Amino acid sequence: MTDVTVRADDAIPAAEVEDVELYHPKSWVTKYVYCQDAKVIAIQYSLTAMAIGLVALVLSWLMRLQLAFPGSFSFIAPTDYYQFITMHGMIMVIYLLTALFLGGFGNYLIPLMVGARDMVFPYVNMLSYWIYLLAVLVLVASFFAPGGPTGAGWTLYPPQAILSGTPGRDWGIILMLASLILFIIGFTMGGLNYVVTVLQARTRGMTLMRMPLTVWGIFTATVMALLAFPALFAACVMMLFDRLLGTSFFMPSVVELGSYLQYGGGSPILWQHLFWFFGHPEVYIVALPAFGIVSDLISTHARKNIFGYRMMVWAIVAIGALSFVVWAHHMYVSGMDPNFGFFFATTTLIIAVPTAIKVYNWVLTLWRGDIHLTVPMLFALGFIVTFVNGGLTGLFLGNVVVDVPLSATMFVVAHFHMVMGVAPLLVIFGGIYHWYPKITGRMLNDRLGKFHFWITFLGAYAIFFPMHYLGLLGVPRRYYELGEMAFIPPSAATLNIFITAAALTVGAAQLVFFFNLAWSLFRGKLAGSNPWHATTLEWQTPQTPPAHGNWGKELPIVYRWAYDYSVPGAAQDFVPQNQPAATGAAA
Amino acid sequence: MVIALIFALIVIFSILFHFLSPWWFTPIASNWRYIDDTIIITFWITGVVFTAVVLFMSYCVYRFRHQEGRQAAYEPENRKLEWWLAIVTAFGVAAMLTPGLFVWSQFVTVPREATEFEVVGQQWQWSFRLPGKEGQLGTSDARFVSPDNPLGLNPDDPSGQDNIVIIGDDLHLPVGKPVKVLLRSIDVVHDFYVPEFRAKMDLMPGLVTHFWFTPTRTGTFEILCAGFCGIGHPQMRGNVVVDNEADYQAWLQKQQTFAQLSAPKKQ
Amino acid sequence: MSAILIFLAVIAGIVFWWLSQQRLMAKPWLEEGPTGGFPATAPSSLPAAKIGLGVFLAVVGSLFSLLISAYFMRLSIAQLTRTDTGLLPTPNLLWLNTGVLVLSSVALHWAQVAARRGEMDNVRAGLLLGGVSAFTFLAGQLMVWQQLSAAGYFLASNPANSFFYLITGVHGLHVAGGLVALGRTGAKAWRGIAAVRLRLSVELCAMYWHFLLLVWLILFSLLTGWAGDFVDVCRALLT
Ligand code: HEM
Ligand SMILES: [Cu+2]
Ligand SMILES: [Cu+2]
Repeated sequence: MTDVTVRADDAIPAAEVEDVELYHPKSWVTKYVYCQDAKVIAIQYSLTAMAIGLVALVLSWLMRLQLAFPGSFSFIAPTDYYQFITMHGMIMVIYLLTALFLGGFGNYLIPLMVGARDMVFPYVNMLSYWIYLLAVLVLVASFFAPGGPTGAGWTLYPPQAILSGTPGRDWGIILMLASLILFIIGFTMGGLNYVVTVLQARTRGMTLMRMPLTVWGIFTATVMALLAFPALFAACVMMLFDRLLGTSFFMPSVVELGSYLQYGGGSPILWQHLFWFFGHPEVYIVALPAFGIVSDLISTHARKNIFGYRMMVWAIVAIGALSFVVWAHHMYVSGMDPNFGFFFATTTLIIAVPTAIKVYNWVLTLWRGDIHLTVPMLFALGFIVTFVNGGLTGLFLGNVVVDVPLSATMFVVAHFHMVMGVAPLLVIFGGIYHWYPKITGRMLNDRLGKFHFWITFLGAYAIFFPMHYLGLLGVPRRYYELGEMAFIPPSAATLNIFITAAALTVGAAQLVFFFNLAWSLFRGKLAGSNPWHATTLEWQTPQTPPAHGNWGKELPIVYRWAYDYSVPGAAQDFVPQNQPAATGAAA
Repeated sequence: MVIALIFALIVIFSILFHFLSPWWFTPIASNWRYIDDTIIITFWITGVVFTAVVLFMSYCVYRFRHQEGRQAAYEPENRKLEWWLAIVTAFGVAAMLTPGLFVWSQFVTVPREATEFEVVGQQWQWSFRLPGKEGQLGTSDARFVSPDNPLGLNPDDPSGQDNIVIIGDDLHLPVGKPVKVLLRSIDVVHDFYVPEFRAKMDLMPGLVTHFWFTPTRTGTFEILCAGFCGIGHPQMRGNVVVDNEADYQAWLQKQQTFAQLSAPKKQ
Repeated sequence: MSAILIFLAVIAGIVFWWLSQQRLMAKPWLEEGPTGGFPATAPSSLPAAKIGLGVFLAVVGSLFSLLISAYFMRLSIAQLTRTDTGLLPTPNLLWLNTGVLVLSSVALHWAQVAARRGEMDNVRAGLLLGGVSAFTFLAGQLMVWQQLSAAGYFLASNPANSFFYLITGVHGLHVAGGLVALGRTGAKAWRGIAAVRLRLSVELCAMYWHFLLLVWLILFSLLTGWAGDFVDVCRALLT
């Protein structure tokens, strides 16, 4: 750094030179399709993610139908069930949640919230979306490939993933690995943008400690993702070699359905280490943006500053750092050196402390607030309930001995759905209800929104809360039918039917949501520029929806932190970040 | 009002469900009662936290809901409160972790007197191998697998000849004696799981993994596979029969050794 | 997984050093005004592209650290189960290639210095030399592969070979990707763009080259077995 002679033109913050280089759309296609504007890219990412997410949702219905009424559906053979599980899990975690939080919310909110005109490398940002789309298409193609998609489980453990006892061994696994590799390349392109935009394109006055927690959450998650995804990338490349070129990175000498194979010397546990080295941070890559967004929703709709902002920031950073040293808690019973258990149980439970602090601060923000029970706020409250529930069951599974009986049972399935399925999805919904008015200029319908919330929240709780008890009973996961088991009472089958009924109801409620999205686009109430009376910059744009370049002629200047709600003595119950200090106003 | 009530009802419903539902651990049949105890401690601590947080939240929603003229307090932080909460949380976490680590150290220290036997997994069945008179398990490798030698024992290893091989039949164990289970897979990852024993462990191809336990009551218990291993995964079942000493010896006498099993075919 | 953990510790060090200058302890609600009174917390004056490349190199570094970790982990398991020794012979050509890559890096450094001074001829010469030598390096690596497979060390013979081909291949691909960027910079240089405007591109290329050289030196010591010896020595000293 010292060898760079700083010249005058270098010293201008990137946010301000960017206007010169800003890319300008010329036609319909370059405005909406082949477009470098982060806001458009955000919408492209979100719509693609939701479309593929819908596939995963439908798969979950089919799986639930099979579990409730085993053998009643001719179109769900065991092979299909495992393909559904795998695709459902992978789509939900990677192609829906990761893409929607970082590609969707990240692209839309980062430039607006830090007061930039666009991402710093718009062209690369556009490529990021197109590669993501390609990854999704390759994934979808595997449904139509001979033999169908892979049925190896979303963890794709070798040797099973590339042997013929597993469905989709011919094409499915190859397409899955290829798609993941593409996704990671595309994500890296986007991720560089999100990080460097936060670093370099913050407008004047936007210090780190004035950033909304949403930006903190997405920023930290992106940094983590950039460092963690290479593990999955390396693992996928190596498995692709094993499958296509006959190498043995992950293959010891094994027998495939009775005949000995020409593999040897590799190690399947190596895959598990690489996979979970990515996989655990992945949980937080999804959770941290949710943490950030929900903090802003709660603060805005409770008209109160977020409680303990500094602690919230430190906790995000601490969680981000710690989550790189806990991966092996997914491998307690994998036969790795059992002494690792002491270390990983300890680190895992330590993370609970900063996480708990965040929870306390959310509920303490409600204390003595002025709570508007708007739809985004309802989703935020629902998030707190499901996240606390799922976070606490994490303390069971992180505590190594407790994990021994519970691992690989429905308890695990219930836990991770609660904490990284339902909880982040509730935040995504809350975020969409919250920012839709900025994106489209119209409000989403309130009644439909409330209906959507109650069915989704109560329904999801009804699906996953009782499921823990199936796990305690000892019902293993990834069983397409239980068959006869002496220790499982017949009442478990009744519970399975109940869970399926709840799952179908929740699924149907999502159609209401999609209808609302489409209907409100044309018929929704006009929103105005700042319907929630929020302080952050994205609500202070000269136009709604924000025009190309976001800010008109001049970039906003930031004078205060993001949470000046209900400041004593102020004229209104919020003071926007770009409002200069009035003389005599209370600090 | 109603909304606050619903959140409170979720807590009440969850607690009632916990105590009233018929779905709970199957009665234990091994020495790992401590694991159950740790789970119960964890249930109490986490249950209290869940109840407290959600009830507090629903109280706030009720008490501070928007009404004409209400203004929120301006309260950026309260260091004392935050530190207290952090410290109390740290204690709660320690209260769960400490017993957990103690039990784990028992779990990983195999008692000297434990007798060994081997579980072999393959798509999709369980097989077993017990040491013979000489008390040694011979070497093995997936390379040696053939129809005559489905477990892949090394035919040239003398210490393997007297090993007792059980294929497609129940495993018997004597009650009250600690056993060390060695686990080996010749194809993919499986997981040896008997819910009544609580303990489970993966069978990792290329490695021999292990764990130990002491069966504490007689009876027949189902073995499940808890490591996804392909389409037949749910069908990969077996039985462990825990016998008293006399029954166990009687059963043992009837079993065949590796040498006996492969001998007739060799001629 | 020690290699990746060491790498991450370095990254964490940089991140925390940077964060420590961002006044994370400040109470933002007490500070009003356009800068909050602390200009040091504004974005750095480096061009965004440089920061961007820095972040990208962290990603690439993570990838290589993970490959190294995987290499060591498999090696330790192989030693445990005595499957193989994990090492290939080191063709002498690898030494030559290493020298060529050093030359390439030096040439780009020279181009960068020249670009700062505005000496266009030297910039062009540096870029050309750097490009040609990087290209030679790639050709040399391919020849190493050929020699090895001629001697019977095929990609799929055993995991030790596979790792050798994989790691050198991934590194080679990164060099090839760099050549594309270098080609574009070169095109600009020959089109006669002013040295000032070219400076940033040349600097980025040089930065990337130095990084790949560093990575190569680490990989080279690993694949020839010195790194393993070194680790053994450390372990012996510790125990
Ligand atoms: C109402 C919505 C959902 C329902 C009804 C549902 C249902 C299911 C079911 C039945 C399984 C298979 C369980 C088994 O037999 O092992 C499953 C697996 C899984 N689900 Fe969901 N799910 C839902 C939403 C989500 C979401 C939002 C995520 C995002 C994180 C998610 C991630 C996963 C993962 C990672 C697996 C594991 C796949 C595997 O075992 O390989 N699910 N889900
Ligand atoms: Cu994890
Ligand atoms: Cu199985």
